[in-house]
Amino acid sequence: MDTNPPWMDELAHVRVGPADFDLSDEVARLRADDRGVGAVVAFVGTVREWQAARGASASELGFELEHYPGMTERSIATILAQARQRFDVLAMRVIHRVGPLAVGDQIVLVAVTSAHRQSAFACAEFLLDWLKADAPFWKKESVGRQGHWVEARDSDQQAASRWQAGQGGAA
Amino acid sequence: MIQIRYFASLRERLGAHEQVDAAELPQPRTVGALRDWLCARSAAHAEAFAAARQVRAACNQVMCDDDEPLEDGAEVAFFPPVTGG
Repeated sequence: MDTNPPWMDELAHVRVGPADFDLSDEVARLRADDRGVGAVVAFVGTVREWQAARGASASELGFELEHYPGMTERSIATILAQARQRFDVLAMRVIHRVGPLAVGDQIVLVAVTSAHRQSAFACAEFLLDWLKADAPFWKKESVGRQGHWVEARDSDQQAASRWQAGQGGAA
Repeated sequence: MIQIRYFASLRERLGAHEQVDAAELPQPRTVGALRDWLCARSAAHAEAFAAARQVRAACNQVMCDDDEPLEDGAEVAFFPPVTGG
């Protein structure tokens, strides 16, 4: 579960699967005792209670993340390679959970180290914006037997597009 | 054969997999032509694609546009806009 696929190295780690993660453990592995690290930025996304879930009991609620095995991991690896070119960062770590989750559960971790803070902040934001807009994951929310697939938001596409054409956050 | 995979709402309506004989598709064979052919052949496909609104596609596990050419043996996936993160 925790070994890098062969196309990744220790400085760009991707994990997609049902298992939860521990932020402290992941940050420790990311830092890897590198004495050049001066900044660690870590973002954790969690399952937010959605509108129709308010007032419903936890046992009625369903939340699920689907992905495209193979493509999902490879596309994240590709964007990590781009991020490495673009930002002056030391190491990156992306974990994305799939399968059934509950309100409050952790969904995603994006963590980046760099020598100085600006690169780590910018790189983490770039990775997150790209994950929201382009990584093959789909969320489904349900209350009882009523389920719906979450609709994509235009604002997520706009957030990702600001990184194109050399805008926003060069290293 | 062209392997087709569906995800999210499209998977629920059409199943996870199907395959079509590349020789049945009109020329030029593209991802967009495959989608149009599927929808013309079956009302279930037409409804599933219409309900998902802006369906996106990947060819051999890379995001692509409608004009992406299709080789025999390709893996094509159709899915709604992504909502991860």
